[in-house]
Amino acid sequence: MGKHVLLIEDEPNIIEAIRFILERDGWTVSTHSDGADAVDIVDREGPDIVILDVMLPNRSGYDILRDLRAAEGTAALPVLLLTAKGQSRDREMAETYGASRFMTKPFSNQEVLDSVRDLVAS
Amino acid sequence: MGSDTLTGTRIRERRAGMGLRQADLARQVGISPSYLNLIEHNRRGIGGKLLIDISRVLGVEVAALTEGAEAALLEALRAAAARVEDAGAELDRAEELAGRFPGWARSVAALHDRISALEEAVDSLSDRLTHDPFLAESVHEILSTVTAIRSASSILAQTPDIEPEWRERFHGNIFRDSQRLSETSQALVAHFDRLSREETGFATAPDATAAFAEAHGYHFPALEAGGDPEPLIEAAPALDAPAAARMARGYLDRYAADARAVPLDRFEPAAERLGYDPARLAADFDTDLLTVFRRLASLPTREGRPEFGLVACDGSGTVTFRKPLPGFSLPRYGAACPLWPLYQALIRPTAPVRAVMETPDETRFLAYAMCQPVAPSGFGGPQVVEAGMLFLDAGEAAPAPGETVFAVGTSCRICPRADCVARREPSILREEF
Repeated sequence: MGKHVLLIEDEPNIIEAIRFILERDGWTVSTHSDGADAVDIVDREGPDIVILDVMLPNRSGYDILRDLRAAEGTAALPVLLLTAKGQSRDREMAETYGASRFMTKPFSNQEVLDSVRDLVAS
Repeated sequence: MGSDTLTGTRIRERRAGMGLRQADLARQVGISPSYLNLIEHNRRGIGGKLLIDISRVLGVEVAALTEGAEAALLEALRAAAARVEDAGAELDRAEELAGRFPGWARSVAALHDRISALEEAVDSLSDRLTHDPFLAESVHEILSTVTAIRSASSILAQTPDIEPEWRERFHGNIFRDSQRLSETSQALVAHFDRLSREETGFATAPDATAAFAEAHGYHFPALEAGGDPEPLIEAAPALDAPAAARMARGYLDRYAADARAVPLDRFEPAAERLGYDPARLAADFDTDLLTVFRRLASLPTREGRPEFGLVACDGSGTVTFRKPLPGFSLPRYGAACPLWPLYQALIRPTAPVRAVMETPDETRFLAYAMCQPVAPSGFGGPQVVEAGMLFLDAGEAAPAPGETVFAVGTSCRICPRADCVARREPSILREEF
């Protein structure tokens, strides 16, 4: 069984595409679509990496990331942050909140795959 | 009243208007034509007996030749110069510019106004692009949909051995996402179309409403007679934009309510009888001071009646209504002078303020100001207030005993008072302009 990616994203067709490319690369992929209990899901599943969308229903990805960084068990967990906003201040926010990497939509499948591989390897 | 170096210009215009030759006027007042020429081009000062003699020959009061009707133009020229400080405009020669080249001076002032209006429109559009929730949501939707289509199509293009059921699923996803993209794009185009209909031209809603009120002389006989505001709005092409029409409707509805509460046929004689004193009028009509301020500022012009200016602001200090007077300019854009009694009233709600304002050119205006709640929100709710300042030319009258004299300006950038305690930014003017 491959390493575990938790994908927190609310767009079903993006979920499906990312799940497809990661699973074909040997990863185990679980998904979640609601921001409200996302931190609990991370705690419960203990993934090797989280792919986290910024704009989620009920709670922002930035808030989730802040809570993850504040908790001892997830402070160093690799988190790839996905957002539709690519302005410099969004990039700064991603850094401030502690994103391991920041990727703006529309991204390519290969970019996602390369990032996941890099972040888990390092 | 300070000396006015445009006196020569007025002499020249009056003389030319009478068809009187320069040499003839010079002879009648006992000076050489060349000296009169220097006076008329504002290169020599004039006063005393010579000024009285010239005004007698020209058949006008001395004051008509000396008092600054161009104060607003000079103010506008200084404001235009403040826009490009590094250009090195000769601020001490603004009066000369206005006197010798009045057309060019008016053009510079009009361009300054136009640029300010365009800047305000750009700010408004920028705010719209930054904060419009529909735009933000649409852009997010488009980028998410494009991401999904890109991912699914690249999977199909780059995975030759893809299982048939996955291929079918991604084809379906692309089809549905492309439909969604199409619908979002159409909604976005419709949204922009609606915005462009709402924002005809570059006049903002406050500007359009102010111009509308000014064009009517701030007086609406139809509303005084109990009429409906709607025909006035429909007859004003500048109020075509929905936002401008809404704002003008608010202004006129309030005017109509004031006219019902304080009818003109009773108010005019009462105002005259009570010496146009706002406090006595408020008591007489059992109404609040701000209503009286608005009624006085909307009185029709009559011989012997003082002319009233009015400026109002909300709790943030933002000017929400302006009716200027000659000699007392109100900034159209940016912040006003914080020493205006208007703002003194704002920081002491419900306490009426009466004060004399003195402008940098030593013209005095009597001001009444008041701040009062406009939207009671109940216990615990936010306090919403409005302040108003009514003002009129104080002439040569000295302040009443104990009356405060406020040394005010229009706004800091074009105010020469170097030692002002309320200065928030440097002035572009030298002290001696």
